[in-house]
Amino acid sequence: MNKDQEKDPLTPDRLKLFKADLHIHTVLSGCAEIEMIPSLILWQAEKKGLNLIAITDHNACHNAEAVVEAAVGTNIHVLPGMELQSKEEVHLLCLFDTVESCKEWQEKVFQKLPYLTNKEDLFGPQYVVNAAGEWLWTEERLLAQAADMTLEEIVDQVTSLGGMAIPAHVDRPSYSLLSNLGLIPPTLAVAALEVTPYFDPRKGFLEWPQLEEWCLIVNGDAHRLNEIQDRTLLKMSHPEIKEMILAFQGQGGRQVVVEWPEQ
Amino acid sequence: MIGLTSVIEQLKLEAVSSLELVDRAVAGGYASDLLGCAMRGGKKDFLWVTLQSHLNVVAVASLLNLAGVIITEGNRPAPETIAQAEKEKVILLLTPHNTFFVVGQLTHLGINGE
Repeated sequence: MNKDQEKDPLTPDRLKLFKADLHIHTVLSGCAEIEMIPSLILWQAEKKGLNLIAITDHNACHNAEAVVEAAVGTNIHVLPGMELQSKEEVHLLCLFDTVESCKEWQEKVFQKLPYLTNKEDLFGPQYVVNAAGEWLWTEERLLAQAADMTLEEIVDQVTSLGGMAIPAHVDRPSYSLLSNLGLIPPTLAVAALEVTPYFDPRKGFLEWPQLEEWCLIVNGDAHRLNEIQDRTLLKMSHPEIKEMILAFQGQGGRQVVVEWPEQ
Repeated sequence: MIGLTSVIEQLKLEAVSSLELVDRAVAGGYASDLLGCAMRGGKKDFLWVTLQSHLNVVAVASLLNLAGVIITEGNRPAPETIAQAEKEKVILLLTPHNTFFVVGQLTHLGINGE
């Protein structure tokens, strides 16, 4: 082993740039457009210059594997995940490195999700597709509702499965940490918070001074292709959860750069 | 103006902390499950009715100097939330009833909103 390989793994020689949108819905989310299938999501991501995306449908990850598969051979790394609604009705991104750990999380979530049948005319159809975007089956269980798990339970359990939780769209007036819980709990063990593309730091930091202390990332929460965002840049060695956490914390030369609206 | 101890008695509320109950006047009431709204709608000496039992409920109640918080639908705060309430001297009161029912009872006792 040469000297280079023995150096502190926190400071590798080669850090790469990852342009990311970590909050993208597919046709599994009843509220998403029919265009949100693997090939088109990847086509749009490539067009936007992204090389890291996460698939985050409401409370479920049935289509994440299809997008992971469809991305094989492309330059885009896909993280499986979901957008989970907590007991407090706060939305959180739950991201994982592997489809297996995401599926394990899915099983835990389904045990805590009330069993209601979806009404397609109200909530939209929940389609499961393959990597080619072909229809496989339709999820009959209503996905978009609150799981009986607290915010802290979710963060703890996702972390213990090797995943990462990120409170979603904290500046939104509904289903968000700030609207539903008023402030960011001081003990919340997350590394970053997501804001919407509409967030303007000049106004946002005045309204919520707490946000200034946090690593913020911008995602599209895309329900249609043109909502996918390209404003969050992560500098790190690999597209994986532990590296992303280091980037959010600004450790070992890793960092996050967000392009904010023109000042 | 009605006092907190008589509200607790009449609504058969469970005081969850070991805080000694000091009677204080209840000036009014507010109900919402969105803490962001409660921060704007709750006032000093008000009772706040919510089904949320998160730790942040204590922070909001303490910030606004509320007379107390009635947590509805049988929701029970976690031990750390109760400990924080004791530290902040926030009165958390539990009921199996829902918010609509509780607000009706409070109105009947002469406690009003704004």
